[in-house]
Amino acid sequence: MRYIEPHGHMVSRVTDDYEAMVLAGCRAVCEPAFWAGYDRSGPEGFYDYFCQLTDYEPKRAAKFGLPHFTWLCINPKESEDMVLAKEVMALIPQFLERPNVLGIGEIGLNKNTRNELKVLEQHIDLAARHDQLILVHTPHLEDKYKGTRLILDAMKADTRIEPARVIIDHVEEHTIQMVLDEGFWAGITLYPESKTTPPRAIDMFEVYGGQRVWLNSACDWGRSDPLAVPKTAVEMRRRGHSDETIDQLVFQNPIRFLSQNPRFTVH
Amino acid sequence: MTRQQLLDLYFMDARSKLIDIAAFLDRVDRGEGDADFRLDAFRKALAELNRGEPVRAKGVLMSLSDPTTEPIAKAPGKGAVGAWPGTGIRCE
Repeated sequence: MRYIEPHGHMVSRVTDDYEAMVLAGCRAVCEPAFWAGYDRSGPEGFYDYFCQLTDYEPKRAAKFGLPHFTWLCINPKESEDMVLAKEVMALIPQFLERPNVLGIGEIGLNKNTRNELKVLEQHIDLAARHDQLILVHTPHLEDKYKGTRLILDAMKADTRIEPARVIIDHVEEHTIQMVLDEGFWAGITLYPESKTTPPRAIDMFEVYGGQRVWLNSACDWGRSDPLAVPKTAVEMRRRGHSDETIDQLVFQNPIRFLSQNPRFTVH
Repeated sequence: MTRQQLLDLYFMDARSKLIDIAAFLDRVDRGEGDADFRLDAFRKALAELNRGEPVRAKGVLMSLSDPTTEPIAKAPGKGAVGAWPGTGIRCE
């Protein structure tokens, strides 16, 4: 088996996870910027985090022969403070030319507030001005449906944005259709409690098709499993899917989206 | 896959989760004091299981979702609790 982990917060994982992922067939890992579990006290904290994502973490992954890529932003959980958000977004352009940066992400909404939406629009503008791919976080639980609709409206309102260059992540049964109907890519996140289980992810793949879909573990410091993608591939085998179909979903699809940035290469 | 194959694959897991839900409701019934809006939301979501068509997962998710369309003025906190305090959406 071979697969891409297109969404893993590796800074919060132990080194053994890298080894386990490589042993399971992982060929590349992509790490969006996210909330650290606490609010940073200022833009300097984000500068250090961006250095970690673009310098230290790729070296840690490289010890296991695993290419590491990243996405940069201020996450929606810290977007309520618009002064901080502006300062952090001003830092991002100097990192965009670093060799493992794929685009702007994971931007989006958390509690669907006006300030979060303004910062999302500013991120969309930043991505458009620098011709970057976009990775979007959709809100949790009861906030996901409303937030996904607001996010799609914000994306469509900026005519510079091509839906095929945007992935809307953490879709579930009530949001995947609207994302695909608008021409965006959809990410299905595999979590033990919230988001989606492997059987549900495969249900969505079977019902809605897998043309513009990827699977990810979004492993972080919470309850999550860095091997969720290969475990879902095993579940697909149990459901009778062919090796070619599985490879398409867990390996070829993420490559097709991510290769829109020429920095993304897998050997 | 055939229905028989799907039952062979998933029945025991679904049975286990079904009993867990029943035991959860029993546990809450035995508890003391008032329950907040989540219990009503949970019971309403359970009704989605009686649908006669394969949109039950979507129906449950929609019934637990915030149906409003305007961004709110200020975040009440960072987390989500899994149910919306108002009346959820009926999935058509």
